[in-house]
Amino acid sequence: MDDFLGIAELSTKTLEDLLDTAQALSEILSRPIKKVPTLRGRAIANAFFEPSTRTRNAFELAAKYLSADVVNFSSTGSSLEKGESVWDTVKTLEALGVDAVVVRHREAGVPQLMAERLAIPVINAGDGEHEHPTQALLDLLTVRQRFGRLQGLRVAIVGDVLHSRVARSDLYGFLALGARVTLVGPPGLVSEEWREWGAEVTWDLAQGIRGAHVVQVLRIQRERQAQGLLPSWQEYRERWGITREHLGWADPNVLVLHPGPQNRGVEIDSEVLEGAQSAVLDQVRNGVAVRMAVLYRLLGGAAE
Amino acid sequence: MTAENCPPEAYQIEGALVLDPFTGREWSGPVVVEGGRVVEAPSGAVPVRRVEADGLWLVPRLVDIHVHFRSPGQEWKEDLESGSKAAAAGGMTAVATMPNTVPPVDDPALVTWQRSTGERLGYTQIWPIGAVTRGLAGETLADLWRMQEAGAVAFSDDGRPVWDSRLMRSALTYSQSLRVPIIQHAEDPRLFEGAAMHEGAVSLRLGIPAGPAEAESVMVWRDVQLAALTGGRLHIAHLSAPGSLEAVAWAKARGLRVTAEVTPHHLLLTDEAVAEWGYHAVTKVNPPLRPQAVRDALIEAVCQGVVEVIASDHAPHHADEKALPYAEAPFGIAGLETSLGVVLTVLVHTGRLKPIDAFRRMSAAPHAVLGLSYPGIVPGAAADLTLIDPYHEWTVEPERFYSKGKNTPLAGMRLKGRAVATMVRGIWVMREGAVSAACWDA
Repeated sequence: MDDFLGIAELSTKTLEDLLDTAQALSEILSRPIKKVPTLRGRAIANAFFEPSTRTRNAFELAAKYLSADVVNFSSTGSSLEKGESVWDTVKTLEALGVDAVVVRHREAGVPQLMAERLAIPVINAGDGEHEHPTQALLDLLTVRQRFGRLQGLRVAIVGDVLHSRVARSDLYGFLALGARVTLVGPPGLVSEEWREWGAEVTWDLAQGIRGAHVVQVLRIQRERQAQGLLPSWQEYRERWGITREHLGWADPNVLVLHPGPQNRGVEIDSEVLEGAQSAVLDQVRNGVAVRMAVLYRLLGGAAE
Repeated sequence: MTAENCPPEAYQIEGALVLDPFTGREWSGPVVVEGGRVVEAPSGAVPVRRVEADGLWLVPRLVDIHVHFRSPGQEWKEDLESGSKAAAAGGMTAVATMPNTVPPVDDPALVTWQRSTGERLGYTQIWPIGAVTRGLAGETLADLWRMQEAGAVAFSDDGRPVWDSRLMRSALTYSQSLRVPIIQHAEDPRLFEGAAMHEGAVSLRLGIPAGPAEAESVMVWRDVQLAALTGGRLHIAHLSAPGSLEAVAWAKARGLRVTAEVTPHHLLLTDEAVAEWGYHAVTKVNPPLRPQAVRDALIEAVCQGVVEVIASDHAPHHADEKALPYAEAPFGIAGLETSLGVVLTVLVHTGRLKPIDAFRRMSAAPHAVLGLSYPGIVPGAAADLTLIDPYHEWTVEPERFYSKGKNTPLAGMRLKGRAVATMVRGIWVMREGAVSAACWDA
């Protein structure tokens, strides 16, 4: 593996290895001194061309717990504002001597195009509506920890599936590891085409989450209303919001995931988010572990 | 500058199969050119040079009625000289240039300048298309008659649609007095807003913002209704949607003056090319590449004559612009130098169209659309001729293009057939792929 660009291109074996590595590394997070020398002397650049809090922090901490040095780049106040191309920006980071670059960009395909231009590994931290592969890894890890397996689980992904890179990466990951995936969302925000890939597709939340072991709740973006794709938030919540009442349709031991940041009272209610079935804090914690696993795998831990 | 100052010569082109879509005649026999015109026999006043053309096809007045030469204002993408040379290299003896330059061609002075510059350069004839609306702003009609007097052959706001229905009605009504078409870039701006490719299985997989084919066809349906209302001449540029085909067929069945063109890239490629090129914006074009079923329907429509014209929508861009992330990069494919090869490869060598019928869509048919007359290869006709090697197989190498635009997803593909010599007004402007102003013996 030279780069980490998407779940779709990973073999099942690689996916499982990454989860196993993440599981092993997660032990470090509960130590009093969270530092191992694995990547000492290595440098990682976080190149976030789009705002991010948790993903960037998770990558930064993951690198630091492995003793790598981290440089953070964000587009505001940078040479991008002086007209520099994104390719020159990352070439410059490479020339500065970093050993890997973590990229978030609002457009699909940018990490892949960067990987073609750079000799160092490129890690996709979310590109447009394409993929968010480390998010899928942390979701898979969180579910596997809770159920001990992924094979045969029923997973519902609910919300604005069409515009979601998280949904795509989750879909590939859960399907690859043997789960059954149902995509649930308003007409116009979920495509029938996904049946071709082995997912079930429905507009009906009750049908979509019936018996589900896992409900991944997607963030609903404010701009969808302005685009005329959705009526009011009240109507969205009543039809697709994950409320305690709606969650009653799912399996009694259902695990609720949300990639964050959440719109409380719209796609998810506070009492669900903070309830016993919610795994959102496990997700955040696992977010550090899976990024450690990705960095470890790409940089090999072979620093002297 | 072409070889106007060379010693005068007559040419006797021998051995070629002559395919003349203007007269519908095919024959093997010498074609003699003297003084810029086809003649019955050499006059004897100037030396006669025999041109051996065994195994080649000779076709008169190949034209491409949809090109962007970017001048004035964007000469880093293309200029009239590089564009003209690309046309000559591609075998096109005339091109109609779209007016979405900076400033736009919405004024007679710019029409005159483009046309006369084309004549001065001499590599191809430049037929300017004027803007429908002043400044391409879609608000008020430009001075269509004054532009036509200066040499404009049609009107279009290409690059964007005339979306205001009332203004489109006015344009179709007013242009009747000029007997030229309004060429519509049919696109509902809201349905395609933010889109960078065709909406379908491939866009879903790649996560690229996409728009449906109906973004085009809803406006084509509106426009054919306006053509019915007004009786005006409507030409649909770069038609690419099944619904548009139905609208054009509907209009033709009613005897309306509606015509359409498709591009070679829509006949050759599908949206899978976007995935194959891995997010490189070289595949980004508007209208976007469509799925296989649509491609098949377009080929069928060309063969049946529902669509009568093939035009390249030659849209050169600088490499730095095309290197931008997919959604940020400009739309467009540089197609002038591959157009003939694609048509031969996709339509002729597959047996779908007889050669003369394929060439009709790049010669007689576009003339008819623009209301221009050309007699075909008969004595007195302007000697605008292209020699074609139909069986020559070649690899598309954009770095060898005469166009400044190297942006084509055909790069690396094998095509069968190409122009090997181009004559404009009796002067050889291209021989063996080389566009040159030099005299024959130089």
